[in-house]
Amino acid sequence: MTKPWLLLTLVGADRPGIVAQVTRVLFGVGAELGETAMMRLGNQFAIMMMVRGAGTTDEVAGLLESTRADFGLKLHVDEIDAALHQHREPDVSVIVHSADRSGIVADVTAALLEAGMNILDLRSDVGGSADKPIYIMQIDGETTDGIEPIEQCVAQLADQGLTVRVTPLQTMRG
Amino acid sequence: MSVEPLPILTYPDERLKTECEPVEQFDPELREFAEHLQYTADQGPSAVGIAAPQVGRMQRLCLVDATRAKRPVDNHGPLVLINPAITNWKGFAVGREGCLSIPDYTGKVIRAETIELTAQDVEGRTVTFKMKGFEARIAQHEIDHLDGILFLDRLVSRHADLRER
Ligand SMILES: [Zn+2]
Repeated sequence: MTKPWLLLTLVGADRPGIVAQVTRVLFGVGAELGETAMMRLGNQFAIMMMVRGAGTTDEVAGLLESTRADFGLKLHVDEIDAALHQHREPDVSVIVHSADRSGIVADVTAALLEAGMNILDLRSDVGGSADKPIYIMQIDGETTDGIEPIEQCVAQLADQGLTVRVTPLQTMRG
Repeated sequence: MSVEPLPILTYPDERLKTECEPVEQFDPELREFAEHLQYTADQGPSAVGIAAPQVGRMQRLCLVDATRAKRPVDNHGPLVLINPAITNWKGFAVGREGCLSIPDYTGKVIRAETIELTAQDVEGRTVTFKMKGFEARIAQHEIDHLDGILFLDRLVSRHADLRER
């Protein structure tokens, strides 16, 4: 039986060498990495990765303890019911921007859910300055009822003062 | 004609990295191969093109069929392109691509938005096309195969966002 996947999440101040150190320790015990996502959020660095073959959740936490301490990271390990080779293809992209609208993520995702969009990838960001923030969001997703409900939903969001752009995506395979 | 699909080579088969030879013989065997190749592409998951080297035939022949796009796009119908050469490029567009030879992965690639190409048909007659958007993307992806180039070799950042296509 194949070993279950663990989901590791690590977060800490963004310093050079975090990723190299964490993965070096894991490969040192013969672990296998699945899909991972790592990014700078705020001035922090956040890591999510699927790992297996490195032992139990407690064993993995133990293996990474000195790295965690060296870099001052928050570490969390969970056993998850995950699998590789289950990619889905987005067929729509939605890009939103707005000033003065800190609730943009909640508002837009609720509206898109209603319109039949399943979010596959979302990044939201805050630009501008502390007193004049700009909220920006990029979402890729798959539609359950086609693009029209998404476009209607977006028109309503635009009436509320958001700038929203919807682009159909079509994967070319050959 | 046999009805078994041709086996599709998958990454990291060396032949997918190999430049193909020009087609010189325009005979019934070539036409039969082109049909067999189309049949093979039809068996997989919604392909809009395929190139001869993907089935191990190292010749400059590919199929481009934008009529099979899920959403309708400008097209010239189902095409067999033999010894194709792109003679003009204009504009850029980011789009998501996948490949019959690279299962379970798609990624963003920048391609020319419009191209002009010249090729031969199965009878050896010279043909020229001006393609744009999705059809131009298919042709560029397939012609890359004839040069031993995969879309993986052209991946750009996940966050790349010129005009999506
Ligand atoms: Zn391909």
